[in-house]
Amino acid sequence: MGSLFTDPAVQEIVWLSLKVSVVAMIFVLPLAIVVGKWLANPNLRGKSFISALVHLPLVMPPVVTGYVLLLVFGRNGTVGSFLNDIGLGFTFSWIGAALAAGIMAFPLVVRPIRLAFESQDPRLNELANTLGASRWKRFRTIALPLAWPGVISGLVLGFAKALGEFGATITFVSNIPGETQTLSLAIYTLLQSPSGDSAAFSLMGIAVVISFAAILLSEIMASRLTRKRGR
Amino acid sequence: MLNLDIKGQVGTFTVNAELQAGLGVTALVGPSGAGKTTVLRAIAGLWTPDEGHIEIAENVLFDSSEGIDLPVNKRRLGIVFQDPLLFPHLSVEQNLKYGSPAQNVSWDGIVNLLDLRELLKRAPRNLSGGEAQRVALGRALLSDPQLLLLDEPLTGLDDERREQVLPFLERLRDETDVPIVYVSHHRDEISRLADLVFSIKDGAVVSEQTPNEYVHSRPDLS
Repeated sequence: MGSLFTDPAVQEIVWLSLKVSVVAMIFVLPLAIVVGKWLANPNLRGKSFISALVHLPLVMPPVVTGYVLLLVFGRNGTVGSFLNDIGLGFTFSWIGAALAAGIMAFPLVVRPIRLAFESQDPRLNELANTLGASRWKRFRTIALPLAWPGVISGLVLGFAKALGEFGATITFVSNIPGETQTLSLAIYTLLQSPSGDSAAFSLMGIAVVISFAAILLSEIMASRLTRKRGR
Repeated sequence: MLNLDIKGQVGTFTVNAELQAGLGVTALVGPSGAGKTTVLRAIAGLWTPDEGHIEIAENVLFDSSEGIDLPVNKRRLGIVFQDPLLFPHLSVEQNLKYGSPAQNVSWDGIVNLLDLRELLKRAPRNLSGGEAQRVALGRALLSDPQLLLLDEPLTGLDDERREQVLPFLERLRDETDVPIVYVSHHRDEISRLADLVFSIKDGAVVSEQTPNEYVHSRPDLS
C-alpha cells in the first residue's frame, strides 16, 4: 500500500482527476450561483421549463450528453471548429474532460444553492432595499452570505460527481492515459485486463478516501456556519 | 410634510386613501386588514398603487400622471416592522451601519439615544425582543431617513417589554427631527406618541383626529 502513493502512474491519475474536478468547479460554481438565484425567483416565467433544462444532464444517459458535446465541441462541431482555430481544442484533452465533468455536475450544484436562496426571508431583502442598498449590494451582503451552506453543499456534491464522471467523459474525450484518463476511467481500464484487479482495487480505495474527505469537510463547514448563526 | 393620495388594488382589496400629515408623529389606526400596512408599503415603494401621488417635504416619490416611481432604495425612508428583521449573519454594529452613510455624524447620538452601546458586539440571536427592536429602530434612523415608518413596532412584544421600549420611542420623537408615521392599534401607544391620528377602514381614511379625541372616541368607530 505504501508504494501505491509513490507510484508515478497512480500519482498522475489522481492529480489529473483532481485537476479536472477543480477546474470544472471553478467554472461551474459562479454560473450555478447565478442560475440558482434566478430560479429562486418566485415570479420567474417559464420556471418549470428552465428548471427541466438545467436538470437535463442529470437524467439523460451520460453517453448521450457526451455525444452531444462531441457534436458541438468536437473538431468539426459548430463551436468546436471555431475554438480549434483559436487553439482551444476540447477533444482528447483534459480541458474537454473538465467540460464534460462540469456539465454533468451542474444540476447537482444548482439544486442546493437554489434551495438556499428560496428558503430566505424575502423581507430581509426588502428591508435592505429600504436602507438604500442597491440590487448588487443586497446580493453580495445579504442573499449570498445567507446562502453559503447551500453553496458549500452544492460545491461538494458537484466535486464528487465531477470526480466520478465516466460516461460523458469517455464518449467525448476518450480514455487517454496522462491526458483524459481520470480515476473512474483508469479503474474501468484496469478491470478490463485480467491482471488489473489489485491495481483497480487500490484506485478504488483512493476514490473512497477523496470522496469521504470532501464530504467530511463540507459537513464541518456547514455545522460551523450553522453554529455561528444559531440556527 | 407628507402628502398622499393613492388608489389601487391588492388582490380583491381596494385602497383609496388620502391624507396630509405634518411633522411629528402621525398615527394610522384601524382594525386589522383595514389597509394601514398597505398605505405604509406604498410610501416605502414596496407596493405600487395604480394611480395617485405621494410626496414628502416636496420630494415626489410617486406620481402616476407624471410617471414618477422612485425606486425603494432611493426614497430614504426608515422602516421598522413588527418583526425586527435584523440581518442574522451580521453583528449589531454591522446591522446598524448597513444603511448608514460613511460619514454619519449622528452615530453617537443615536447609539446613546437608544442605549445600544452595550449591544454593539453582540449577534442578533443573543438579543431580547425589546433589544432587537431598538437595534432595528437604530438601523432605520442611521440610514438618515427623511421619514420613519413604524409598522406596529411593539406588537410582537409582551406588555413588560413594550413598556421598556415605549420610552425610547418618546425620546426618539422628542430628540430627533425625523417625522414618523406610526401604525398601531394600541390606544395607549397612540395617546403617548401621536400628534395626529388618521383612522383607516376598508382601505380609506375615515377620520382625522387629535390623540385626545381619538382616545375618547367610541372604539367601534375606529
